[in-house]
Amino acid sequence: MPGARKTRKKNETGETIITLEGVSKWFGDFQALRDINLTVDKGERVVVCGPSGSGKSTMIRCINRLENHQRGRIVVDGIELTDNLKNIEAVRREVGMVFQSFNLFPHMRVIDNLALAPMLVRQMPKKDAEEMALGYLRRVQIEEQAYKYPGQLSGGQQQRVAIARSLCMQPRIMLFDEPTSALDPEMIKEVLDVMVELAEDGMTMVVVTHEMGFARTVANRVIFMDDAEIVEIAPPETFFSKPKSDRTKLFLSQILTH
Amino acid sequence: MTVAHEANIDIKKGSSSLLHNLAFRGVAYQVLLAAAIVLLAYLLYQNVNANLEKQRIATGFDFLNETSGFDIGETLIEYDSEDSYGRALLVGIMNTLSVAACGIVLATILGTIMGIARVSRNWLASILASGYVEICRNVPVVLHVIFWASVIRNLPSPKQALSPMEGVFLANRGFIFPVPEPNPAYTWVWVALAAGLVLAFGFNYWAQKHREKTGKYIATLWPCMGIVIGLPLAAWLVQGAPLVWSVPELKGFNFRGGASLTPEFIALLIGITFYTGAFIAEIVRAGIQSVPVGQIEASRALGIRRGFIMRYITFPQALRVIVPPTTSQYLSLTKNSSLGVLIGYPDLVNVGNTTLNQTGQAVEAIAVMMAVYLGISLTISLGMNIYNRIVAIKER
Repeated sequence: MPGARKTRKKNETGETIITLEGVSKWFGDFQALRDINLTVDKGERVVVCGPSGSGKSTMIRCINRLENHQRGRIVVDGIELTDNLKNIEAVRREVGMVFQSFNLFPHMRVIDNLALAPMLVRQMPKKDAEEMALGYLRRVQIEEQAYKYPGQLSGGQQQRVAIARSLCMQPRIMLFDEPTSALDPEMIKEVLDVMVELAEDGMTMVVVTHEMGFARTVANRVIFMDDAEIVEIAPPETFFSKPKSDRTKLFLSQILTH
Repeated sequence: MTVAHEANIDIKKGSSSLLHNLAFRGVAYQVLLAAAIVLLAYLLYQNVNANLEKQRIATGFDFLNETSGFDIGETLIEYDSEDSYGRALLVGIMNTLSVAACGIVLATILGTIMGIARVSRNWLASILASGYVEICRNVPVVLHVIFWASVIRNLPSPKQALSPMEGVFLANRGFIFPVPEPNPAYTWVWVALAAGLVLAFGFNYWAQKHREKTGKYIATLWPCMGIVIGLPLAAWLVQGAPLVWSVPELKGFNFRGGASLTPEFIALLIGITFYTGAFIAEIVRAGIQSVPVGQIEASRALGIRRGFIMRYITFPQALRVIVPPTTSQYLSLTKNSSLGVLIGYPDLVNVGNTTLNQTGQAVEAIAVMMAVYLGISLTISLGMNIYNRIVAIKER
């Protein structure tokens, strides 16, 4: 929505880009999100952690409407997420997402994976889209794999391709849903390196992860979720050294003691 | 292995007989099997020959040139009882091919629509499609054919024929409708239609190239339809728009003029189409559902529109699952068309049976039918395999 963007000052710090107000969601009888309130500022890096089934994935999937919320409001980049298809499309153009299972298109070469959405959604000429794709592949240091199929790449390489594919849509926000959980240990670092670099460039990021090292070094704030609600929000220093809630302490003791 | 080592191991010497040698046994079994098959074939051949001689039945395919002496109710090529058995069989083959070809096209369309409807989020569409699939695929195809045959036979006689429109009749004599009288000008209309098709393909290709170059999407559906329909229409108008309808009229007990589909053709076509369509619907559904949800979520997260997701993500990945089993369905539809013999549709089996009965040359008549079905089936398989190779997507 270029029109909407012009009215706002760019790179202003403290500007809210994601707002969740009293968001609740149910899967049948099961409540997946309970009264979630969260604001994310432009350029901020937020790490979400918590035990599995706590609603972390559901929450970030609500931000680009892969899941719909049943109560509360979600506003992304000034656009409220409702059943309005135009709004949903507008938000999805601004928000990139990286999945645990990569979800690359297996029937397209890497470069076509990257160029597809800019061509279809942004009506970009093929030549320009491919040029841009190569640029982003260079940025995630995988340019030499451009003409291979995803199935020929390692997990770490595939996830970097997936990140580059999202970046090709030039999003203002990036969502990461456990981006390293499906990777072998030696490949986790190459993906985290790309994410750190992205953070350094000032990208707004919401990251669901169990990589506490990443949270410590990159995050502005760490969110702990348990049982469908946000239990604690704190800057990483306080979060890891002086957690307030007992549930947070228990969780941290479980994941940090080995 | 060292000598010292070997000395420590007490090797039991087994039998040195050739019968205990694995390789020898493998070869021996195959030789024995081959010999048994040859022997059996020889005995069969001897037996058939001896029996045919005893009953004074001729062998060989000379009967194909003899006069058949029977009429066929429905022919696509000129034929009467003076013609040979060979020509009669050709009529049968043409009838089989025409009903199978129509059936394949219709079953594919019906199956695709029903398959998509089954996975659609529209509750009503999904329920209706499920009902169709469950009813049609769980009833033997024979009953389908007989059911539709009896439905059509129970339609009113020509005198009381149902006539939904002027000149269109539905009666127990089939479906009768008006057609334009032949006119030399129509040749050019056909030529224009062919040219229109070529142009439409060209336009489509150009639109795609244009889009890659500029990023601008051009809708091709309506312009293409315009070209394909407009060109023949123009050709027809330029020649003075000649049009004389041959309208069917009731004369005595039947209709004269127009064109008609016989009750047997309609019944057989509907029967095998509904039956096979149900299987194709399930194949299409399975194909669509075989594409992982993550693929669609990733596309949606990229902001790609639903129609584009279907076209560029779901469909190419579903097609490779759909094509091979659909080939089997085409083959079984073609072979099921031989059920026409039950309701009097003069297909290959029908004509072949009559030939067999009249000449007594069962072996040859059956051989001809088998060869033709084999030929048709292999042709379909070949075509579908080529198509499969085109749509089979490369992944590494």
